[in-house]
Amino acid sequence: MSRRLLGLLLVLPALAVIALLFILPLIMSVVGAFQVDGTFGWGNFVKTFDLYTKDIVFTVVIVSLSTVLIGLASIAIGGYLTLGNNPVAVSILRFLYRWPMFIPFIVVGQLMRTFLSKNGMMNNTAVSLGLMTPLDTVSFLDWRGIVFAFVWKQTPFVALLVAGAMASLNRDTIEAARNLGASKLRVLFEIIVPQVAVTLTVGLILSFVTMMSVLSVPLMINAQTPTMLTADIAFRVNAYGDYGVANALGLISLVLASSVAWIYLRISLKERT
Amino acid sequence: MTALRNNFSALWWVPRGIVFGLMAFFIFGPLFNMLLWTVTEKWYFPHTFPLEYGFSSWAKVFAPRGGALESLGNSLVVALLTVAVALALAIPAGYALARLKLPLRGVILLAFLIPQAFPNLTVYVNIARIFYEIGLNGTIPGVVLVHVSHGLVYAVWIATAAFSAIDPELEQAARNIGAGPLRTFRDVTLPLAAPGLMASAIFVFLESLDEFTGSFFVGAPDVNMLPLLLYTTASGGNYQIASITALLLLVPSLVFMAVVERFLKADVLSRVGQ
Repeated sequence: MSRRLLGLLLVLPALAVIALLFILPLIMSVVGAFQVDGTFGWGNFVKTFDLYTKDIVFTVVIVSLSTVLIGLASIAIGGYLTLGNNPVAVSILRFLYRWPMFIPFIVVGQLMRTFLSKNGMMNNTAVSLGLMTPLDTVSFLDWRGIVFAFVWKQTPFVALLVAGAMASLNRDTIEAARNLGASKLRVLFEIIVPQVAVTLTVGLILSFVTMMSVLSVPLMINAQTPTMLTADIAFRVNAYGDYGVANALGLISLVLASSVAWIYLRISLKERT
Repeated sequence: MTALRNNFSALWWVPRGIVFGLMAFFIFGPLFNMLLWTVTEKWYFPHTFPLEYGFSSWAKVFAPRGGALESLGNSLVVALLTVAVALALAIPAGYALARLKLPLRGVILLAFLIPQAFPNLTVYVNIARIFYEIGLNGTIPGVVLVHVSHGLVYAVWIATAAFSAIDPELEQAARNIGAGPLRTFRDVTLPLAAPGLMASAIFVFLESLDEFTGSFFVGAPDVNMLPLLLYTTASGGNYQIASITALLLLVPSLVFMAVVERFLKADVLSRVGQ
């Protein structure tokens, strides 16, 4: 019994930090979302949907599109690392794909501001290759820039998880399917991906939540309307000191993020029963 | 026949080369573009490369009144303090989670994930309000506390994994020859867990160095940090200084990617989150 007490005592300070610095402010933000001038009501949400419905849709579309692209890219990378039979090509890919993983979001924002702009390296290279003239170049610093930045930064993380899960699969079923004449693509989608589906979904949900809460990328790449909810929250607080609407927007992004996790839980529960 | 097959497999390098080339362009292109900006004196549309190169922006960044040195200093102080506080909290917690029988162990481990698993922007907004009331807003301890709450999941999870990867019989042996529990912990357990704890310290350090949102609401404008400097110079349109700041933030991240496997051994890694 005293061992249990000692254990709890050792964990308590760390737990207290989480409770005081995360859970308490989280509760404050939920309560604050329903508070207008000291009384409870829906006022903040009426205002939020009046002003920001477009941005809510914009955020959902951008984050969902990025999630789908990250998933496809991770499956492609993991699949090639698992099934590729040229060892040189596999090690080139292994070397290439990880680079952006630990680069901070704020730096990713700055990199894309220079790379994707009208005079950025992407357009310049296309012009030098004769694919377009300098007058045809357009800046990609809008929704496309945000999606590019998210996919660039998050794919290595999900691909690392997926490739790890694929590497630990039993090779026998893969070899058997190959021997029976199944193409690599069929083996990938019918044998490998279903077995790593849980890892893939966990990685994608974590990415989804991360992208929902990144402030620096939308601020750096596209701060005009329509923009992402995080930029709206920062604007609401810094320009108007309007914590009510900021908290309402925060609650909406919280609901969006947890609904994704909830869908996942439902699917995995259904599969088990 | 084999010659034909060899030719055929050599042909496969054409599509591979195109795909890898495109990947390399899109991965390294943005990095190269940034490196060019750090040494650019003059560069405007529609020129593919800078018209003049030079280091005058570096001189500006590191000038005594450039603001970068202050930001760099603040960032390092905050990151080191964050590591110290996070490890002081995580070492006892990790040891307890690995060795002592705890009720609701899984729930406790998950609790540390909460700050990473919820969109945290409004949380920081409300922390800033609390800190404002108690005078912590715009102070270094305030920023450190925010960074600790965010980095604690790495600290606690990796510390727990590091302690559970140690063979309990080694501790038992030390106890059998008469060492007390604290001495055993200090002379046997802690040195054995050191590489894993080092890895968790690096994770927390980087997480703090790169953190933007919390510093933006709790620190700015009184406590200037590198990510904030990057944001203000970039929105002011100064690509040179923004790129140099980005490079300063980038180097530790890339170095870490190269060395992480040295500290985070497979026996620890496989126990993370369990």
